[in-house]
Amino acid sequence: MGARLDPLTLGIFVALFGGVTILGFVASRWRKGDLSDIAEWGLGGRRFGTLITWFLLGGDLYTAYTFVAVPAAMFGAGALGFFAVPYTILVYPILFAVFPRMWAAAHARGCVTAADLVRVQTGSGILALAIAATGIVATMPYIALQLVGMEVVLAGLGIGGEWPLIIAFALLAAFTYTSGLRAPAMIAVVKDLLIYVTVIAAVIVIPSELGGYAKIFASVSPAKLILSQGTARNFGQESAYVTQALGSALALLLYPHAMTGVLSASNARVIRRNAVVLPAYSFALGLIALLGFMAVAANVKAMPAYAAGFKAFGPNFAVPALFLQMFPSWFVGVAFAAIAIGALVPAAIMSIACANLFTRNIYREFLHKDCGLKRESDVAKFVSLVVKLGALFFILLVPQQYAIQLQLLGGIWIIQTLPAVFIGLYTRWLHPYALLAGWAAGLAAGSHMAASLGFKSSIYALHAFGWTLPCYAALSSVILNVGISVVLSVIFNALWARPVTGEMAAAG
Amino acid sequence: MAEQRRRRAFRPIQLLLGLPFIAVICVPFYNRVGPELLGIPFFYWYQLLWIPLGAALLYPVYRSGRGEL
Repeated sequence: MGARLDPLTLGIFVALFGGVTILGFVASRWRKGDLSDIAEWGLGGRRFGTLITWFLLGGDLYTAYTFVAVPAAMFGAGALGFFAVPYTILVYPILFAVFPRMWAAAHARGCVTAADLVRVQTGSGILALAIAATGIVATMPYIALQLVGMEVVLAGLGIGGEWPLIIAFALLAAFTYTSGLRAPAMIAVVKDLLIYVTVIAAVIVIPSELGGYAKIFASVSPAKLILSQGTARNFGQESAYVTQALGSALALLLYPHAMTGVLSASNARVIRRNAVVLPAYSFALGLIALLGFMAVAANVKAMPAYAAGFKAFGPNFAVPALFLQMFPSWFVGVAFAAIAIGALVPAAIMSIACANLFTRNIYREFLHKDCGLKRESDVAKFVSLVVKLGALFFILLVPQQYAIQLQLLGGIWIIQTLPAVFIGLYTRWLHPYALLAGWAAGLAAGSHMAASLGFKSSIYALHAFGWTLPCYAALSSVILNVGISVVLSVIFNALWARPVTGEMAAAG
Repeated sequence: MAEQRRRRAFRPIQLLLGLPFIAVICVPFYNRVGPELLGIPFFYWYQLLWIPLGAALLYPVYRSGRGEL
């Protein structure tokens, strides 16, 4: 912001960003497939091995917004922001246990999306529609937030105005259109390497300049250093922390972009192996979270040079300000490019995932039943453009606060697909209409909790028998959802015999 | 049929997958400053330590279940 604009920083940033853009277009020729087939365009032909899947999922799940928002939460709220770490500790056992099964079921039936799988497993197009719509609506604000990540580093570079964001997004839209999932898979390799270099440099250089970790933690106010302990009848921040970790872990894997990343693996063992090796990223994320405290110790907020940035972006400006303060200008270019490229990978995968959902579970299911492969892939490509354009307009025209609030709601919404998607892998006993009722109740309850908190927080305190349990609204509402799905299944299964589809007969 | 499938699918070693959940859920245990490690409070290094530990627990489960879904 303001007068800085260092030519060396800018030059390195533009060179790296331009390089990966070219890579995005070249990717269409990589492991060449027929890109007019949706499984080729939208899942990379399901041919990614362990290494590419590692880069792709790493680039997909650890988004630019994560790199900006997690340290920002530490900078602003302290220990509570560290929930991102237990959250990533819990993601991998879940990935390991559930997703190889999901991959096998999807592969056997040619499913491209989670809603496809629900469609064949329950025989209900309406339930699949609910799953698909939830996925699209929950992902859109997430794409918009990737733009926020990009906006923050552009401001840090000293580039104002909206045009750089528009150019970056136009490039993203173009290479996603031509190369499909191959583009983010290839770019993810560069992105991840840049992120690792930045993180390693940051955790070595910055603490030594600030006088060591002991000094960094000493600069954090004691109230923010650990969670406030609960009282006899109130679990306090401790239950908020752990429910947010668990709920976020479950929600993350239900997001369409996670599903797309996982389904593009070449076999189920690739997923298992990745569950073992992906935690390397979690460790990087844990270190990135600590950057928030380093920003506190460096006292960047009090420096006049960064006042405008903090005014525009709040705590989200903590990491860019810290890098500008601590790194030589050429390395600031590398670090900022890492974050901006970090926005491209998930934004591309998210838009592809939304496009797959719309095409397979809305367009082909309800609008154009006898649509061929070529048409299917054309629609998906077009929808990926529309989705990104929507996100761009959203960020340019609507106050940023709304995107953040919608993303918060998105987590509460997407977790409501858990009973249909995850439990459906293990049993066909849950009745599709019971699942639909549970989904609706979970959505309503979760949204109500968030609304009662003014959409500012998703930690809703539950009161029972004189106890107070602050709980992540996504977790409490999905428990309600599962409960309703089970109870109504007992009733519905007793009342009506379900039509047995070919699929179900084969499975029974 | 269902019985048989369940018996084949479940192996006690899979219980290892539950350990990270136990480690994370006992918040009052790790929500403290001391003992510090290299100046890092217990709250932080305990949770950072569980990242590689969680991965290390997955590995034997992966080895024991190759070729199985």
